[in-house]
Amino acid sequence: MQPTHSSRRILLPARTWFIFLTLVLALFVNLVPLGRFAIFPDWVALVLTFWCIREPLKVSMGAAFVLGLLMDVADASVMGQHAFAYVLLAFAAGGLSRRILWFPLGQQALHVLPLLLGAQIVMVAIRLAAGGEFPGVLWFTGSFLGAVLWHPLTYLLLLPQYQPVERDHNRPI
Amino acid sequence: MSVVGHSPPPFFKRGPAPLARLLFFVSLSIVLLVADLRFHTLEWARLGAATVLWPLQRFAYLPVDAGMDLGDYLASQRALKNENESLRKQQLATANLLLRQEHLDQENRRLRALLDMKERQPSEGRIAEILYAARDPFTRRVIVDKGTQAGVEAGQAVIDELGVLGQVSRTFPLTSEVTLLTDKEQAIPVEVQRSGLRAVLAGAGAGAMELRFLATNADVQPGDVLVTSGLDALYLPGLPVAKVIKIDRDNSFSFARIACEPLAGVERHGQVLILGRRTVPPLPVETTATPDKPAKGRKVKRKH
Repeated sequence: MQPTHSSRRILLPARTWFIFLTLVLALFVNLVPLGRFAIFPDWVALVLTFWCIREPLKVSMGAAFVLGLLMDVADASVMGQHAFAYVLLAFAAGGLSRRILWFPLGQQALHVLPLLLGAQIVMVAIRLAAGGEFPGVLWFTGSFLGAVLWHPLTYLLLLPQYQPVERDHNRPI
Repeated sequence: MSVVGHSPPPFFKRGPAPLARLLFFVSLSIVLLVADLRFHTLEWARLGAATVLWPLQRFAYLPVDAGMDLGDYLASQRALKNENESLRKQQLATANLLLRQEHLDQENRRLRALLDMKERQPSEGRIAEILYAARDPFTRRVIVDKGTQAGVEAGQAVIDELGVLGQVSRTFPLTSEVTLLTDKEQAIPVEVQRSGLRAVLAGAGAGAMELRFLATNADVQPGDVLVTSGLDALYLPGLPVAKVIKIDRDNSFSFARIACEPLAGVERHGQVLILGRRTVPPLPVETTATPDKPAKGRKVKRKH
């Protein structure tokens, strides 16, 4: 697999434990209690979108559902709110994965932005229907930040796959 | 998409079609949503998942905790800080009595005339610290560091040194979740301290509250202090709750719009007092109709 489909570079296969580890790490970062600081991106949604686009056969709606339930508990929100939004997000990301990977990273971010925003809008719709309070427009900046972070995040999460297949100890690099 | 040569061809092991999977998970989520919102039957599942998540959550709290500790250490001398802390605890422990003083005086005067004084409910409290605000942006909740192991129960009132803060809405073994008064779903029965007029105060979101269901000519003025009326058998009577800021008496509506702001430091961090459960004498049995029981955390409207 290549970094993007138009690239000539072949990457190592993604390891399942690494995918699992990054998702748990994202969950952990989401758990850091920063209160109602709304502008931080939802890391779980971002990393989940990434793996749904890169590895749609390994990470898809099942993982999204479980992560969503964990987020519901951690957030003290309504059970099923994150699960619902993440499942839709995973479906859309998996479906669009073939298309998105043909684009360079900047344009990939433009595809990811509506996905993240859509997930947030679904959550707002659920909670407003249940009588919640509108969190303010500032809450949606999380998605925009997530899209901006798409480029560095891709490099970071693909780093293990950039390693050479056979390590040559005589070669310095 | 799987890498050629590393796993078998994926044609045969893809499982159900994406659309079928989507439908399955979406319907499962909707079932969960309805079960939680409508029937409130998922508390046991939440408790289980929260217990699994607890170590991770605790670990995630460490950097924030360390940051706060570092700030404290740099900001003040240690001894001074300890003394300050103990004094604050002491003040908080007596706040319950101090805050109700004025109300007690008034009531005392009235009752002395009647010579029909009943024994007042003594109440004990438990000091807890607010750990952090819940991440959910649609509600106003905070997490405090006392849970079922410290004897906290859902429904208990939470106050700070200035007034009522909210109500315990969910308990876990080591922490509990307090819904603040400014939450949209939260309501509290109050009375105007000046006139004794009783009403229901409900959260309006965004740090504000409103006094509901009062006629446009009701005897309320800006600056009036609202105290708990104690009609709901949860809050002790006479605890300060909020102050009236603005009254909009538009005759085209049947009710006045009365905006209030909370007296307690509702959106701040610090130490709070969780009041013990109130035991109220049973209501007298009515012959015509049974009085409706106030549901937990729901608005209770009573005529006076």
